[in-house]
Amino acid sequence: MTQMPPPPATGCSATPVLKQRGQREVFCGLTGIIWLHRKMQDAFFLVVGSRTCAHLLQSAAGVMIFAEPRFATAILEETDLAGLADAQDELDAQVAQLLARRPDIRQLFLVGSCPSEVIKLDLARAAERLSVAHAPHVRVLNYSGSGIETTFTEGEDACLASMVPVLPETDARELLVVGALPDVVEDQMLGLLRDMGIERVRCLPARRADDIPSVGPNTVFALVQPFLGETLAALTRRGARHIPAPLPFGDEGTTAWLQAVASEMGVAPARFAEVTDAPRARARRAIAAATETLNGKSVFFFPDSQLEIPLARFLTRECGMTAIEVGAPFIHQSIVGPDLALLPEGPTISEGQDVDLQLDRARAARPDLTVCGLGLANPLEAEGLTTKWAIELVFTPVHFYEQAGDLAALFARPLRRKAKLRLEAAE
Amino acid sequence: MKLSVWTYEGPPHVGAMRVATGMRGLHYVLHAPQGDTYADLLFTMIERRDRRPPVTYTTFQARDLGSDTADLFKTACQDAVARFQPEAIIVGASCTAELIQDDPGGMAETMDLGGIPVIALELPSYQRKENFGADETFYQIVRRLAVPMDRTARPTCNILGPTGLGFRHRDDVTEITGLLADMGVEVNVCAPMGATPSDIARMGAAHFNVLLYPETGEAAARWCEKELGQAFTKTVPMGVGATRDFVAEVMALAPHATRPSEDALRLPWYAASVDSTYLTGKRVFLFGDATHVMAAARIARDEMGFEVCGMGCYNREFARPMRAAAKEYGLTALITDDYLEVERAIEDAAPEMILGTQMERHIGKRLGIPCAVISAPVHVQDFPARYSPVMGFEGANVIFDTWVHPLVMGLEEHLLHMFREDFEFHDAAGPSHHGGKAVARQDSAGALPRTPGYLEKDEAERGADVVTWLAEAEAELKKIPFFVRGKARRNTESFAAERGVREISVDTLYEAKAHYAR
Repeated sequence: MTQMPPPPATGCSATPVLKQRGQREVFCGLTGIIWLHRKMQDAFFLVVGSRTCAHLLQSAAGVMIFAEPRFATAILEETDLAGLADAQDELDAQVAQLLARRPDIRQLFLVGSCPSEVIKLDLARAAERLSVAHAPHVRVLNYSGSGIETTFTEGEDACLASMVPVLPETDARELLVVGALPDVVEDQMLGLLRDMGIERVRCLPARRADDIPSVGPNTVFALVQPFLGETLAALTRRGARHIPAPLPFGDEGTTAWLQAVASEMGVAPARFAEVTDAPRARARRAIAAATETLNGKSVFFFPDSQLEIPLARFLTRECGMTAIEVGAPFIHQSIVGPDLALLPEGPTISEGQDVDLQLDRARAARPDLTVCGLGLANPLEAEGLTTKWAIELVFTPVHFYEQAGDLAALFARPLRRKAKLRLEAAE
Repeated sequence: MKLSVWTYEGPPHVGAMRVATGMRGLHYVLHAPQGDTYADLLFTMIERRDRRPPVTYTTFQARDLGSDTADLFKTACQDAVARFQPEAIIVGASCTAELIQDDPGGMAETMDLGGIPVIALELPSYQRKENFGADETFYQIVRRLAVPMDRTARPTCNILGPTGLGFRHRDDVTEITGLLADMGVEVNVCAPMGATPSDIARMGAAHFNVLLYPETGEAAARWCEKELGQAFTKTVPMGVGATRDFVAEVMALAPHATRPSEDALRLPWYAASVDSTYLTGKRVFLFGDATHVMAAARIARDEMGFEVCGMGCYNREFARPMRAAAKEYGLTALITDDYLEVERAIEDAAPEMILGTQMERHIGKRLGIPCAVISAPVHVQDFPARYSPVMGFEGANVIFDTWVHPLVMGLEEHLLHMFREDFEFHDAAGPSHHGGKAVARQDSAGALPRTPGYLEKDEAERGADVVTWLAEAEAELKKIPFFVRGKARRNTESFAAERGVREISVDTLYEAKAHYAR
């Protein structure tokens, strides 16, 4: 069994962050729609944007686009750019047509894009007006997923933050878990909390509009994703209190996250151990299998989803890897602070990107494993580096105990594959 | 505004990227917001390119809006030229940058970039699409760099139109280059694919041009005709007949050219062999870009013996030739970029096979109709590792295999007719060479496994004005193999409606069968 190293003296809490501005190779927030529309079963996401936005969504959604998707783009045309007055009428007509075709929709998100924001199309007002027009059956909200405002997973943050002000008010002491998780993972988490005696747990986002949680001064909330800064602020404004904790990746992360929640909710230590001992042992066994491959290898993270810091913590502390650089598109100190504190000193922590300079650093460092987006993965493989494409970490169940082994395996697989492929002649 | 889930073409700047990525020694500086780099994935993932596309995005964010974006653009130009040392750069704006009016072209032309050519692109994002973007970009590059010059001593031509992310462009170029070499004609420059800006400057030395892809090369071909005095070929060499016509065109343009060998051509014999008899009159629906659809229609009718029952294209630029071509087949062309309209047209035509794009593959899957891909947009599986041209003689061989594969093989179809009540070997099991789980046949008391789509529409869905099927006739219809059942149902219903018959009996079914016998 891998011995868990003691927490580092200071970790990377005090490490100065390298901030670079320049070209960035990242997704915009519209991509959040791809997994959010699967999670919220009665929501529809209508992007108001250009053909580029529609093209991005279909490139990211791949074949999913034909499973009667609950997202679409209202593509702006020349006439919409000419005068703004009729843009609102156009939008009303499109929405009416859409809702007539899809009577099952209960929540409609008008998603802002770069073009709609540059021409200052007021989607917030449109959402208010349409909410009135289609009440009570459909609620219309608005958020921005534009590249000028949001990077990749920040689209989920903007979406959830737009829901917070309209959540019903409550005085009940409830736990709210925030961040879209795959259903199977969410069920495991709820099961663990229930076994500890924490019954009143709600999730944001909820699977259906009927299950939307309430919020108030006695609400406490924990985040299962690191990219939820806006949502954290919006919940705080509603009087709810944040429970800081490392993110629930791996055995250590999951245990620390559950521990923070359990302490807050007054769970006795004996009960906590009783509930977590078995799944912890399972997780450790599963991680150990991948650790054979990962132990002693170096890793370099390009910025993508903000999952980089907690994942670097998992790989360095539970899988024996060394981090060279951990790049994130944005660092919310109040969320990833606990993870930074556990991350062994040594790596460069970078925020933002100048992609060519960062590529130069990666080439110079020759890491054993490079975590990056799909625009860089094959080109870096061709240069002899082994890569793990980052987007998969957002689309795959990776949180909590039962997925800890799968998470480690995601990183081990490219290295195992590299070792397996032999193409030279058998002399 | 237009509500759209699925788009056949990307925005025009993606077309410009296809030209830049196809070429070497050229760099594209694109004024675009953060996030537009998603387009890199099309090249690195779908086409599996081993390097990043030669595109520098300014990736401006909200905080840069205002005067800052112009400086960002200038810095991006300088950095790109310093780092990549291209022979020339193209500059332009994506849809968002078009709205902030920074004028990338004007800015780049006033900068000191070491004297390399700077080609400004005007690509109207809110009116035009990807193919236009590629065509216009290539035209601007040629117009800027190509000059009249002495012809080569030997007969040579240029190949125009292949780009990055083009459907089978890699192998088509190889195939046609080989075909021309076989005729004694060398290729001077192939562009955009594989060409550098200095290669473009040498284009004038060729005797004539071969226009492989009108969608992405026609504007440049016309310019070369006018300014460089180079005629260009009008036939796209896809299919046996079209390749032979193309050969005749080349022989007229290059008097010393010889006839190429057809030794490796197998489509004619395969199509003539007896197992292909069952292909006769199979009804196919074609959709894609106009060039591939028009070429495929000719192959379908004249070389495979299919019946073309519907055709259309998504690129409006080619609506006129498309309409003219469809007339020859007694059809009205469907010109649309709305896949729901295509889906409706396919349902109405009830073809036995669809030849289309990635979208039609999915439509086919939903309706339970076999499909083969003949045109972009395509997914990663249509950028194969193996040699798979669709042009020239080997292209014809590839097309025969590709189109026949989704269909039930001749002998199998025959056996299905013979043993249509068979307990293991029945239509719900599907073609034997496709991955599908064998389904045990339900006995006549149980419900038959339902295939999705129009083949099995409920009575309720079919509306009250439709004639009623008697139970026995419905059972008899179920015995007809699935790949013709939809047509049999329609034929029988229209036969009954024409004669004022309200209830369809087994007799009506067979009366109709006799009436429509082919």
